[in-house]
Amino acid sequence: MRAAPFGLLGAAWLFASLAAAQAPPLGLPPVPVPADNPQTPEKVALGKRLFEDKRFSSTGQVSCATCHDAAKAFTDSPLRVSEGIRTLNGTRNAPTVVNAAYMKTQFWDGRSPSLEDQALHPPLNPVEMGLKTHEPILKIARSDPGYVKAFKAVFGKAGREITMAEVTKAIAAFERTQVAGNSPFDRYYFKGEKAALTDAQKRGFDLYVNKGRCVSCHVIEQTTATFTDGRFHNVGVGINPIQDQVPALAGEFLKAKATLAEVDVKVLTDKRTSELGRFAVSRGFDDLGSFKTPTLRNIAATPPYMHDGSIKTLRDVIVHYNNGGATKKEDRVNDFLSGGIRPLDLTEAEIDDLVAFMEALTSPEYEKTAQAAQAAGKEQKP
Amino acid sequence: MTAPNRRDFLKGAGTLAAASALPLSLVELAFADAAQNFTFAYISDAHIQHIGGTKFVRNWDRGLIRAVAETNLLTPKPDFVMFGGDLAQLGTKEELDHGAEMLAKLNFKTHCVMGEHDYYLDLGEYWSKLFGPQWYSFDHKGVHFVVLNSVLTYDDWTFKRWPTAEQRMLEMAGLDNPNGSPFMVGEKQREWLKKDLEKVDKNTPLLVFSHSPLQKIYKGWNFWTEDADEVQALLKPFAKANVVYGHVHQIQYNQIGNISFNSVMATAWPWPYPQSYAQAEQHLPKLTVPMNRADPFFERDATGWQFIDVNTGRVAMKFNLYNNTNRTVAFNPATGRPEDVQFQDPARQIPPQAHY
Repeated sequence: MRAAPFGLLGAAWLFASLAAAQAPPLGLPPVPVPADNPQTPEKVALGKRLFEDKRFSSTGQVSCATCHDAAKAFTDSPLRVSEGIRTLNGTRNAPTVVNAAYMKTQFWDGRSPSLEDQALHPPLNPVEMGLKTHEPILKIARSDPGYVKAFKAVFGKAGREITMAEVTKAIAAFERTQVAGNSPFDRYYFKGEKAALTDAQKRGFDLYVNKGRCVSCHVIEQTTATFTDGRFHNVGVGINPIQDQVPALAGEFLKAKATLAEVDVKVLTDKRTSELGRFAVSRGFDDLGSFKTPTLRNIAATPPYMHDGSIKTLRDVIVHYNNGGATKKEDRVNDFLSGGIRPLDLTEAEIDDLVAFMEALTSPEYEKTAQAAQAAGKEQKP
Repeated sequence: MTAPNRRDFLKGAGTLAAASALPLSLVELAFADAAQNFTFAYISDAHIQHIGGTKFVRNWDRGLIRAVAETNLLTPKPDFVMFGGDLAQLGTKEELDHGAEMLAKLNFKTHCVMGEHDYYLDLGEYWSKLFGPQWYSFDHKGVHFVVLNSVLTYDDWTFKRWPTAEQRMLEMAGLDNPNGSPFMVGEKQREWLKKDLEKVDKNTPLLVFSHSPLQKIYKGWNFWTEDADEVQALLKPFAKANVVYGHVHQIQYNQIGNISFNSVMATAWPWPYPQSYAQAEQHLPKLTVPMNRADPFFERDATGWQFIDVNTGRVAMKFNLYNNTNRTVAFNPATGRPEDVQFQDPARQIPPQAHY
């Protein structure tokens, strides 16, 4: 076995992950890797350590992994919204790191263009890791003996040559190893294993591409499927109840002329501003209340759902779409609702089939997590 | 997963452009007195369609609802809003009432133009009860505005041809319909227009709103007004004459003599330029900037609404286009005609979809 010379289980795991990144799992395209940040096993190992380092927060208790926990499919399920330092709550549900490497933008509102850039922001957010500047991170990176050695080996840099650019490149390289495909759906659709899906799941797949119109945004292509279009849509979550306040909120927001760094703080600390969605980044009418289409891979492992974690079960998500963008049927949908969102006329049985289909999108490595999450969800139901 | 496609890339780039093109940073152009500068918004062609009972076609409803909500967000606020006609699909009370209810949510004074879909069921009777006269003029901050009903036609067709009002409506609603009839302003209204314009100084900027183009583009779809030449003759004495029309559900602009023509978008659905559809060779005005149809999934694709500034006495039409790059068509004093400020140069155009 190739990993044997390392003599470490961790190294074997890393090597396997890295190989996976080069030859993507069934159902996924090759991982896009920026030319200026090639993957190496040493860099990935460094990134993993940085990702899990709680010293990078003001209290010493929060790391990236706190909200993106490998044991919870790299989320903080079942929390509704993330919990940072001193149990402060943000406004948004932690998106999984798994397959984030395929996203064209990062964060629910796409305010970050890359994994490298994304990693700069949570340490400075007052409700996440709460640092005032990146200096405490750099101080540790430049002095901790393990880091000194690793940064020298990976980047050939030491002391003040180590900057946030190197730190975030290593974190991003680690995140690029977190890809997972090979779900029952992948085996059914891309490998022709007819028995990989149950009858309910097959009916659910038909609904997914036809009557349910799911595939319009959660894209499946001919040879691979990322289950996202990478675009932003107002699907009637978060904004419906506050729609009458949108003119005032949008006006105040535009007047403030916030920088992107200020936007990062504002959207995670102010619930109502958060609901402006992509508008807070693009400032275009099109984007009021819009959020990025998340992947559906391993979705069964990461309840609750939607950008604000406001919907507890997959079934209730389908009900929301079946109502044409309203969590409760009697809710008034907001005026800025995306054009594609409309009542679907799904029957109760069809809703069940769609849920069954989504449960077929779980990769083998998250199967146990998904089963536990779904079982917990069913217990909670009255 | 596809490679990041050109459209998304351009959309990203367009977002930045849109941010600077948004009303917050409207360029203040030169009226002598800056306090006189103003903008107005223009919504058109909602085609509200009654299904039965309390049910209406949802997609057309959503288009108008969204345009109204977004118009209410404009900063600085528009001085008024124009609605450019075809509020209804088949001219019924239900449709006109439902549409009027949605328009009532506008926070601004609203002026309406008559469309053929509003007119041919009861010849504008109920519409007039809701919105007032079918042709009129008003002055605002040094600009003279005229609203015409340009969708009239021959009395013989209107009064003698059809057994029922419903059939008359349906015949006029069809495209390429041999039973149809060309639109016209008509002699009575032209007389009124002549008298109205006599009182106005010929250096006053003039804006005429009609539903159909007051120019002849394509007769089969009534992208056409039969007495356009006569109407144009009345506008000719004005140094700055502008015509803004709906009906065509796409971006068109043209210059004939001193008269600038601009169309507005629909909130309901897009039409293509008729060249793509004409059975025989047509002498259509040349289409210089094709629309880059985006993505058929988006029901709002190639629909939109617009806000307009007339600070130079000429129309600068700013199109808010969903899921697409916003466009501005403004009068270019150097060439003496309206032009797309970004895409007139073919090298800068986003290639249109050429296969289906």
